[in-house]
Amino acid sequence: MRDILVQSQYQLVAVLHQFVVCQPQLSKQKKEKEKRLAATDRAVCISVLEAMGFRVGQGLIERLTRDSPSFKDELDIMKFVCKDFWTKVFRRQVDNLRTNHQGTYVLQDNKFALLTQLSNGKQYLDQAPKYLAFSCGVVRGALSNLGLESVVTAEVSSMPSCKFQVVIQKS
Amino acid sequence: MAVCIAVIAKENYPLFIRSVPTQNELKFHYTVHTSLDVVEEKISAVGKSLGDQRELYLGLLYPTEDYKVYGYVTNSKVKFVIVVDSSNTSLRDNEIRSMFRKLHNSFTDVMCNPFYNPGDPIQSKAFNGIVSGMMVQTG
Repeated sequence: MRDILVQSQYQLVAVLHQFVVCQPQLSKQKKEKEKRLAATDRAVCISVLEAMGFRVGQGLIERLTRDSPSFKDELDIMKFVCKDFWTKVFRRQVDNLRTNHQGTYVLQDNKFALLTQLSNGKQYLDQAPKYLAFSCGVVRGALSNLGLESVVTAEVSSMPSCKFQVVIQKS
Repeated sequence: MAVCIAVIAKENYPLFIRSVPTQNELKFHYTVHTSLDVVEEKISAVGKSLGDQRELYLGLLYPTEDYKVYGYVTNSKVKFVIVVDSSNTSLRDNEIRSMFRKLHNSFTDVMCNPFYNPGDPIQSKAFNGIVSGMMVQTG
């Protein structure tokens, strides 16, 4: 019974996410002169989504690290993000974590929860970035509250697999 | 029962300070401020012992002639400081730990409030309620 409840919560989150991502586009008209504006609007929309994700990430990490002991170092934090954090938020663990040991990490998820409903290959690849903006923000917010300022970007070559690149800013 | 409770942000400025005998507030502010040094020392000291289960509860920071100061740090480097009366010796370690637990839970709720900007002073009624429950009751 509880599983059904948890499942439906995740589905609700996924649906709301789709809705939030589509919202800025619904009111735009596709005219010649506005195609130029559409490009900058898209950038603004993506940064708004990312900012929302940032705030959510900060709150989430506070709740999720409440009971866990302090982290030893940066790698420890990244492992926590890949395992526990990803499990709680996206229902699976990150499949592959690579690092150059100089502050850059690549997290690869082969079946990203928010992309599975879009397509199973190269279709709609150009629409993918806006669906990843919020998640990038969540990761950035989480890391920021753990003390690591970072820049998080995402790239998709074939859905639903995607890679998040995290570059830690050294102050 | 605590005499003063403070929440200090990652950047070491206070998000919330409340003390009970309100006529002597400055003294408590000063005590909390000086306890921050001890907190920093404890955080960096634990970092040197590798393979250690690092706890969030820091324990007794230092005793003064009237008061005892306890510390707790969260994973997001937010510090909680509780000052209790020295004469109140019936307070055990476990009770202090549970006070910190309640504070941490309440703080997590404040953080998750979408209308709260991290870094602002805490003005939540629920948080105030929890803190009042832990302070010494003066008649």
